[in-house]
Amino acid sequence: MGQSLDLFASVSPDGAWTVSQVAHRVRAVVEAGLEPLWVRGEVSGFKAWQSGHWYFALRDRSAQLRCVMFQKDNRRLPMEPQDGMQVFIFARPTVWETKGELRLTVVDLLSTEAGGLWQQAFEKAKAALAKDGLLDPARKRRLPPYPRRIAVVTSPDGAALRDIIAVTRRRWPIAELLVIPTRVQGEGAEAEICRALALLCRLEQLDVAIIGRGGGSREDLWTFNHERVARAVAALPVPVISAVGHETDVTLCDLVADMRAPTPSAAAEAATPDRADVLADLGHLGVRLARALSARTGRAAERLDRVHDRLTATVERRLERHRHELATLAGRLDALSPLRILERGYALARDGDGRVLKRVAQFPPGLRFRLRVTDGDVAARAGES
Amino acid sequence: MARARGGEGEGGEVLTFTQQLDRLEEIVRRLEAQELDLDEALKLFEEGIERLREARDRLTAAEAQVKQVLADRAGNLKVEDFDG
Repeated sequence: MGQSLDLFASVSPDGAWTVSQVAHRVRAVVEAGLEPLWVRGEVSGFKAWQSGHWYFALRDRSAQLRCVMFQKDNRRLPMEPQDGMQVFIFARPTVWETKGELRLTVVDLLSTEAGGLWQQAFEKAKAALAKDGLLDPARKRRLPPYPRRIAVVTSPDGAALRDIIAVTRRRWPIAELLVIPTRVQGEGAEAEICRALALLCRLEQLDVAIIGRGGGSREDLWTFNHERVARAVAALPVPVISAVGHETDVTLCDLVADMRAPTPSAAAEAATPDRADVLADLGHLGVRLARALSARTGRAAERLDRVHDRLTATVERRLERHRHELATLAGRLDALSPLRILERGYALARDGDGRVLKRVAQFPPGLRFRLRVTDGDVAARAGES
Repeated sequence: MARARGGEGEGGEVLTFTQQLDRLEEIVRRLEAQELDLDEALKLFEEGIERLREARDRLTAAEAQVKQVLADRAGNLKVEDFDG
């Protein structure tokens, strides 16, 4: 028997190893001999401990291996695997000396079920939201046309916020942006966003809210797929626009929001009208205003004209009547005029004083008098009778 | 009736842009409705012009303000200027 391997060195009870020594030795051999590897199997006896670590066995028809996945590794996963689930794990084989047990320390875990763990977690939360009616299209509120206060829940130093500020400044500078800073990814981001949303609920005179972040990996966006975050978004007292990263990946936040925007910039555009458009609308209102007034004064002027016309017509008629009467009178006057009688061949005799001589007695022989005929006076003298 | 001025409603409270625009639209509609007394029409027109001017001023003067909202330890809201 060779002496090269310590394990087999103690062939007599004299040089017996302690249990710890063996366990330690076995562990060293296993860790040195087996690189981290992918293993495929079925999850069995899953248990998540208070510490956050996961313990389970991976088995197939004829064997099983104990597995542990520590909290620092499993926290990246969207949900716990369930017993019976077929998974791939990436793990380092080791020996748990305390129990003398071969164990796989799992650093990654993929479900082979449809869409994997992520999709399953998503569908599960989505179903829960749907059950409570939170995905009902009838819940969607209309965005206010001219918002004054816009709340923004996002990371204070991300491109998302810079984009939202720039778009709002350009389109609708009347607005006041209230930024509620929060982390949007990483451990604890979920709770932080919920706190930010609770803060938002306490703001007064808020018109609309934007919640979002720029693009990122699926895991980065996962915060917005937590059922708890989605419920907090659904409970906001004002219309909310969700702008989470990608055009392709729809998050639960997107689904419960009143509107989904593909990017933070698009969210700001949806939240605000364009100042130039509103100015044009104002111009149009001004035109209508002027037109309405001129129509109104036009009607007043028309009415004045009508009254004026009626008045002049009345006066005209009256004048006409007077003219007619005058003409009649003039005719009658004319008929009575002595000149008209002279025209017919009569003559008027007058003495030197202009007295009209009407009787024979007024014409002593030799009296000089004047005869007025139709076209003038003639001198005349009474003869002997 | 004293005419509301300076973007204020009759109670003196400051109107929001939306309220101002609503009022303006109401004025135009009423003026277009044809059944107004001429005096009243003129008064409305004046108010309309005034509101139009105010709305324009608001749109051209403003620069969007950015603030950030935080909660202190006691849970009180703090609103401060945001420089980002």
